[in-house]
Amino acid sequence: MSTKTIDQVEEQFETFQILNEEGEVVNESEMPDLSDEQLQEIMRRMVYTRIWDQRAISLNRQGRLGFYAPTAGQEASQLGSHFALEQEDWILPGYRDIPQIVFHGLPLHQAFLWSRGHFGGSQFPDGLNIVVPQIIIGAQIIQTAGVALGLKRKKKENIAITYTGDGGASQGDFYEGINFAGAYNAPAVFIVQNNRFAISVPVEKQSAAKTIAQKAVAAGIEGIQVDGMDVLAVYKATLDARKRALAGEGPTLIETLTYRYGAHTMAGDDPTRYRTSEEDDEWAKKDPLIRFRKFLEGKKLWSEEKENEVVEQAKEDIKQAIKDADKTPKQNVTDLLGFMFENPPVNIREQLEEYTAKESK
Amino acid sequence: MGNWTMAQAITDAMRNELNKNEDVLVFGEDVGQNGGVFRVTEGLQKEFGEDRVFDTPLAESGIGGLAIGLALTGHRPVMEIQFFGFVFEVFDSIAGQMSRWRYRSGNKQTMPVTVRSPFGGGVKTPEMHADSLEGLMAQTPGLKVVIPSNPYDAKGLLISAIRDNDPVVFLEHMKLYRSFRQDVPEEEYTIELGKADIKREGKDITIIAYGAMVQASMKAAEELAEEGVEAEVIDLMTVSPFDVETVIASVEKTNRAIVVQEAQKQAGIASQIVAEITERAILSLEAPVLRVTSPDTVYPFAAVEDAWLPNPAIIVEKAKEVINF
Ligand SMILES: Cc1ncc(C[n+]2csc(CCOP(=O)(O)OP(=O)(O)O)c2C)c(N)n1
Repeated sequence: MSTKTIDQVEEQFETFQILNEEGEVVNESEMPDLSDEQLQEIMRRMVYTRIWDQRAISLNRQGRLGFYAPTAGQEASQLGSHFALEQEDWILPGYRDIPQIVFHGLPLHQAFLWSRGHFGGSQFPDGLNIVVPQIIIGAQIIQTAGVALGLKRKKKENIAITYTGDGGASQGDFYEGINFAGAYNAPAVFIVQNNRFAISVPVEKQSAAKTIAQKAVAAGIEGIQVDGMDVLAVYKATLDARKRALAGEGPTLIETLTYRYGAHTMAGDDPTRYRTSEEDDEWAKKDPLIRFRKFLEGKKLWSEEKENEVVEQAKEDIKQAIKDADKTPKQNVTDLLGFMFENPPVNIREQLEEYTAKESK
Repeated sequence: MGNWTMAQAITDAMRNELNKNEDVLVFGEDVGQNGGVFRVTEGLQKEFGEDRVFDTPLAESGIGGLAIGLALTGHRPVMEIQFFGFVFEVFDSIAGQMSRWRYRSGNKQTMPVTVRSPFGGGVKTPEMHADSLEGLMAQTPGLKVVIPSNPYDAKGLLISAIRDNDPVVFLEHMKLYRSFRQDVPEEEYTIELGKADIKREGKDITIIAYGAMVQASMKAAEELAEEGVEAEVIDLMTVSPFDVETVIASVEKTNRAIVVQEAQKQAGIASQIVAEITERAILSLEAPVLRVTSPDTVYPFAAVEDAWLPNPAIIVEKAKEVINF
């Protein structure tokens, strides 16, 4: 009796797909209404991000970046969902979700500053509705419930979107966040990027649930599992979720099935310790860039020439961004003390004096 | 002027701020219809509506995250943790997130959250309700921790806390909620955070206390006075960062001090006060600075609570030890 209930629930979470691995449309009725320019822009962003990822890895190895969590393999999941947003929407990213906030408006050199642990990386341009990438897994999910409720209270026609991984879906805060947003009918979209591993632990060891999407059921919100290597499917699912949220129909949990090709982070993680090359090869075949390139080429919307232009542009931007980051004045302890409180209490005032003297030498 | 309990004064502070500023929101478990388990939010939902004063699902971490998100969208959240013993469930939001937000955003985003919560012993609560956990908060740079000792201070301090653009943890001692009344102005007034108050002047010894221990220290000072010892009693009010200037000035005058806290010896904030006095005023001291605290055990079951908590007699004893050093 009870297992039957679970089977029935799981049946409802079949993977949503629009483009198959060959770049063929398999779900015509769900095809989103995007112009040729928009389709090309999505491809441009994915190629750009792939190049940036490669450069970031090498810059990290040269010691020119700090903390970095590779994103190759996850472009469709990250950028497809982001493409469905409006400029005033709020993004509460995790540490791997830098591409989304850069395409939302964070200058690339600031993303590099953040990577280096410089506060200048999170002094966001005015009016850019993003939050500093979250390190504590789950914290961003409960905060998203708050931002979404805040937007609703302020009568904004905007949503709050957040990202975590398959590991993050095990956190208590994940359940509290989706439950709160549901209880308040707040305009939130929760994306779980299921890239199969939380550092080294496979998703099968995270939970007995067959899908993460089905966890929405307990919170009484919409849930959908999407092919996370299919940028059109991710885009469409997020667009629909956004619409529903703004129509007062509540939050949505979106699970994107994706894969991270690289290491967990550049701080010494070696993926060969926990996964096989067969698995890597299998997922490489599903690559979101190959699939979408094929689709666009079929419509005569993409070419090698176009791709090379994007690659060159990305390389140039990255070079410039690193230069800009290098030019940023170094961070001082006085900055840190200065930002502790609006009105520094006596301990801070005294320590500010001490460090101002030290640092002006 | 009202003759109010501390609970009423706190309600009035929230009412004042809800009236004054649309962006102030009061929320937590049972704070709406029920008016809070201590009735501290009584009537506020009726007056300001469910949109401004509301019940949350039962999840402390969620409440903390909600407060952060609401603050980011221009609100001034006043969140309630039903009992401070439950703060561990929301420790990340308070100590890990709110406290560092201003710095991590390079001073561009503020966290004007007030975390209200009852705590404190002597009322025979079940386990994990009464613990004095202010030390955990005080050890977190970026947080202000306020503990009033009477109705008048509670109102002025809470209004200041709600108006503060940085996170403030505002702890309300359960025993003080209704144990006495005081004249409290009905109009608004503020008491500056970070300033201590000299509740009794004296020249022979400084007693530094906060929360319910202020009343105990005042009683002790009366007893000492009968024996010819004039104790100065300082109520810290803001326990972190505390008003080191007032404390040092007093110690320089009296040359002797004890610190009184309900928390265990290794907890609370007494050690920090002793350290500051030692660093800044060692040459004024005629005797070591001693502490009156609870012992370093877990917070005990209710039956032994009274023996476990500090009381005026122990304060008198400790003061005499310092004086006769
Ligand atoms: C609360 C918390 N616990 C543990 C960690 C350490 N940690 C960082 S990333 C990670 C794995 C996260 O996996 P997942 O949520 O699947 O996201 P992915 O890295 O795969 O994108 C862990 C355990 C952390 N940052 N925060």
